[in-house]
Amino acid sequence: MNCERMERRLLDYVDGRTSESERHVVEAHLEECGACRARARGFQSVWGILDELPEHEPSFAFDARLQARLAAEPARTSFWTWLVPAPRMALALTLLAIGSVWLSTRPVSTVSQPSAAVVANAETDFGMIKDLPVLENYDVLSSFDALSQLPGQQPPAND
Amino acid sequence: MARSDVQLMLGVKAGDDTSFELLLQRYRRPLINFLYRMVRDSASAEDLAQEVFLRVYRARKDYAPNAKFTTWLFRIATNLALNAIRDGRHRQLDISIDQPLEYGEEQPMIEVRDKAPVIEQQLIERDRAAMIRQAVDALPEKQRAAVLLHKYVDLDYAEIARILDCSESALKSLLFRAYEALRVELAPLVAPNSFSVNSGRISRA
Repeated sequence: MNCERMERRLLDYVDGRTSESERHVVEAHLEECGACRARARGFQSVWGILDELPEHEPSFAFDARLQARLAAEPARTSFWTWLVPAPRMALALTLLAIGSVWLSTRPVSTVSQPSAAVVANAETDFGMIKDLPVLENYDVLSSFDALSQLPGQQPPAND
Repeated sequence: MARSDVQLMLGVKAGDDTSFELLLQRYRRPLINFLYRMVRDSASAEDLAQEVFLRVYRARKDYAPNAKFTTWLFRIATNLALNAIRDGRHRQLDISIDQPLEYGEEQPMIEVRDKAPVIEQQLIERDRAAMIRQAVDALPEKQRAAVLLHKYVDLDYAEIARILDCSESALKSLLFRAYEALRVELAPLVAPNSFSVNSGRISRA
């Protein structure tokens, strides 16, 4: 194997992705080629050193912020999304029912309630109005005097 | 037994928000770290991670399990990070190798006499960590993304190539150039005679 072909296989060898047979081929070349051996050594060291690369610990705010953003996503499939429209509909239907019942009972209650007192007064008034032409007619009233002369209706004697 | 990513995502698709919570807990840390190492700023990394998870959530109805979930997740993350870097919104000042390290400047010099060995050790460790970080930061964006996905995310070459929208062969060239640059930059940190021919693949996060 020449060094150029070796380049492609060196990484596989270093990170352990080579097959058993390929590994023997690489190792045979490394035994006889100082430059490739130095490179393989370097790659191996880099591979190990990269384990020391500093990490970033996710902040406390990360999860909370992400949860808030996910909750704000439209049409998030959830039990509540199916339930929430139901009370609104029920409330609207109830209000409609109450409104219609109230409207239908309203005329009945306004007429029946004052009947006892007001209707009695109205009949009295109607009687007076009916008698009014008779009371205002002088001829009729003057003829009432003749009634006083009927027998048994004597006026008391003036002594 | 823990449910697989695909099972959880199918649960999310069916309207189960608990599955999404589980995916979130599983991937928030590696995703934020990937983005942090890409954009080099913790606040920007968290903003972008939020955007990634929101996009996954919004696309749940169209989810089809024909690709690995992590490939999909990190493809969204990589595209957002590369766009953010190219837009210059998250680009910080490039730090040259000659420039003094931020960590070194913050060290209190007065206490050196009493706690000299401890502080000296801390300085060495901080300098070492800063140096590693600088070497990774100095890689071109696409090379950096390739290294980060190759090293820290459990993905094979085909999956990384799919994320970066390139051929597998192009990815290997990209990785080779990146590791070659890191090898040169990090040479001072390498202890002599630390190479062993038979060491296998290091387990990943």
